[in-house]
Amino acid sequence: MFDSLKDKLQDVFSGLGKRGALREADVDAALREVRLALLDADVALPVVKSFMSRVREQAVGVEVLKAVRPDQQVIKIVNDVLVDVLGGEAAPLNVAVNPPAVILMAGLQGSGKTTTAGKLALRLRTKERKKVMLASLDVTRPAAREQLRVLGEQAEVGVLPEADRESPAQIAKRALQAASLQGFDVVILDTAGRVTIDEGLMAELREIKALTNPHEILLVADAMTGQDAVTTAAAFNDAVDITGIVLTRLDGDARGGAALSMREITGRPIKYAGVGEKQEALEEFDPARMAGRILDMGDVVALVEKAAETIEAEEAERLAKRMAKGQFDMNDFLSQLRQLQKMGGLGGIMGMLPGLGKMQKQIAAAGIDDSMIKRQEAIILSMTKKERRSVGLLNASRRKRIAAGSGTSVQEVNRLVKQYQDMAKMMKKLGGKSGAAMMKALAGGGMGGLGGALGGMGGGMGGGMPNGMKGGPGGLPGLPGGLPGLGGKPSGKKK
Amino acid sequence: MSWLKKLKSGLGKTSARVTASLGAVLGRKGIDAASLEEVEDALISADLGTAAAAELAERMRKHKFEGEVSASALAAALSDGITDILAPVAQPLLPDETHRPHVVLLVGVNGSGKTTTAGKLAQQWVQAGKKVTLAAGDTFRAAAIDQLKIWGERTGTAVVAGTQGGDAAALAYQALEQSRADGTDILIIDTAGRLQNRSELMDELSKIVRVIRKLDDTAPHDSVIVLDGTVGQNAISQVSAFREVADVSGLIVTKLDGSAKGGVVIALAEAFGLPVHAVGVGEGADDLQPFEARDFANALAGVSEE
Repeated sequence: MFDSLKDKLQDVFSGLGKRGALREADVDAALREVRLALLDADVALPVVKSFMSRVREQAVGVEVLKAVRPDQQVIKIVNDVLVDVLGGEAAPLNVAVNPPAVILMAGLQGSGKTTTAGKLALRLRTKERKKVMLASLDVTRPAAREQLRVLGEQAEVGVLPEADRESPAQIAKRALQAASLQGFDVVILDTAGRVTIDEGLMAELREIKALTNPHEILLVADAMTGQDAVTTAAAFNDAVDITGIVLTRLDGDARGGAALSMREITGRPIKYAGVGEKQEALEEFDPARMAGRILDMGDVVALVEKAAETIEAEEAERLAKRMAKGQFDMNDFLSQLRQLQKMGGLGGIMGMLPGLGKMQKQIAAAGIDDSMIKRQEAIILSMTKKERRSVGLLNASRRKRIAAGSGTSVQEVNRLVKQYQDMAKMMKKLGGKSGAAMMKALAGGGMGGLGGALGGMGGGMGGGMPNGMKGGPGGLPGLPGGLPGLGGKPSGKKK
Repeated sequence: MSWLKKLKSGLGKTSARVTASLGAVLGRKGIDAASLEEVEDALISADLGTAAAAELAERMRKHKFEGEVSASALAAALSDGITDILAPVAQPLLPDETHRPHVVLLVGVNGSGKTTTAGKLAQQWVQAGKKVTLAAGDTFRAAAIDQLKIWGERTGTAVVAGTQGGDAAALAYQALEQSRADGTDILIIDTAGRLQNRSELMDELSKIVRVIRKLDDTAPHDSVIVLDGTVGQNAISQVSAFREVADVSGLIVTKLDGSAKGGVVIALAEAFGLPVHAVGVGEGADDLQPFEARDFANALAGVSEE
């Protein structure tokens, strides 16, 4: 639903590239673009301004993790502030009161009040097992009451019968009386929509509020709303002190900046999201999910969080360079194995990479698991410094010593050496063909190298690997490009 | 109250903002960067979008002002700039007598005001002595048919309606057949609101167009997208998608009597150049008014014309 904003932010951050640290200039450059993206997403200007200053406050001077690039860190901060602004936690409806609970629906014309009233009624009946009554106070729009009656019938809830020539206030009173008498748990009052600057509407709403003492006053607003979202939200909030917001048409392709605007301006939670034409299409609003969608970086954010603690980008880059030059030695191999472990092992990485999940079984079948990585680490640690730099030194007696030292067998040592040699050969071959292609294959820096290491392992394991996982400079297909931005170059979508 | 007054009362907030930012440049020669940014911000707050706002601000920067820049001079220049963009697209909806009937198809997303606009158009054309038929093509929304029927009664217009949940394309076909038989001048077809990214619903709309063309391959003669004046930049996606499916030939912008500024029409004019036929500035039948570029620009820029 927030696709366009997602794309924009991706562009923004892929453009930032690699820098040493999160400096003020980096932050400002990113924020200028974020600002434009938010404005084009219809986030209201005053909200953009306050949002930007919050992000900036948190971003500048933050302790820079060596492990991630500045733009990744900015993504994380923008994401966190976004979740924060959008509401932090889900906000359930307050209907557990002495019945009947009164819910007042308010909003502009065409925002979807009546439809939402029907959806809410169905939801309360089916999910909360409440006895619900709908009552339309809209005496202005032709057939508005008829519409609510039909929706009420579809939702199988009670509907207050129409009576002629009643004022909205009179209908409200009658609805409450009827609800009490007939033992309804919840009564939902649908009101007429007008335009914000209509004082008459606001006065009418205030009057109904005073009469009915609603437990919830929900502002129904269209997710496609532009800059006016702040005016609308502020006007309704000032008039009747709303308790929450329902955002409609979130199934559309609007970037939906209105969500941010209204939440920030009113300080009231967005409680529900309308996501379709069907009566069931009303969901609880989930700020975290929404923020993830806004940024389209849910996976990346999670990955960055993990990588932030583990991967050292500079180290990864150094390795990639060495590999390109054919200088890859056992020390480098060891370093890669350790990074792999820090990232939660094979399973952890596979889980984060879309499409690789199903390969987990095959990998397990090939005997590549995390304990194997540990043993390989032990083998390398049992080598002398000299041996690690020059594998050619490893004769039979040295191998025997290493096996004993690492608590493994000579076979395992042999396997590791073979694996390393295969990998080195493959890299040499590739490097000889075209250095540029090699670098491209290694895009993503350390992860590319990691992929190579894994591919090497596969080869070393004696061909247990499925075809798709063998060969190829990356070894594990999808690893180099599939881990956006973990290492050197941004490998996300680029224009 | 004239439509312009209504529009201006609605636009008052923007104008106040623009004027306020213009105040800052009073008495200076040329416009400084900070003031330009304020002008740009004010335009963004009026839903012009960042691109159109930046373009207009750039125009102001280049504009040669005589002597010191006054607030009114800048407002006038801004209004000129907006008028330049909008004048070519300000074209009223004029049914062609040679079409028997002239078919007007109303499309748009949910809640934009299609049914109300259909009623208002019917009212105006009936008053102008035309024989009008309304087709209740919104067979989805509960009571949409009733809503149009009420408009039919109010305006003394025949309403062709089926049942809720019925086939909208068949209804449109039937309405056109009937309109031909009884000598209707103008047939207005209301359709269900649909979000432009819902392909199955958009397919239904293209079916309506296809079916109408079986009877008259020049129809619909006007395919009008009804836009909610409070909509933001999503309007661009809406026009783009509906144009593809229903050959949208023009726009009507509703609800401009609110606090929304409708500045997105400027972005739309730049993106598509489609005619803006009318604006809705109130709930009464007479509150649908032809779109006037200069008046709109003046209201937006905060030009006072006494």
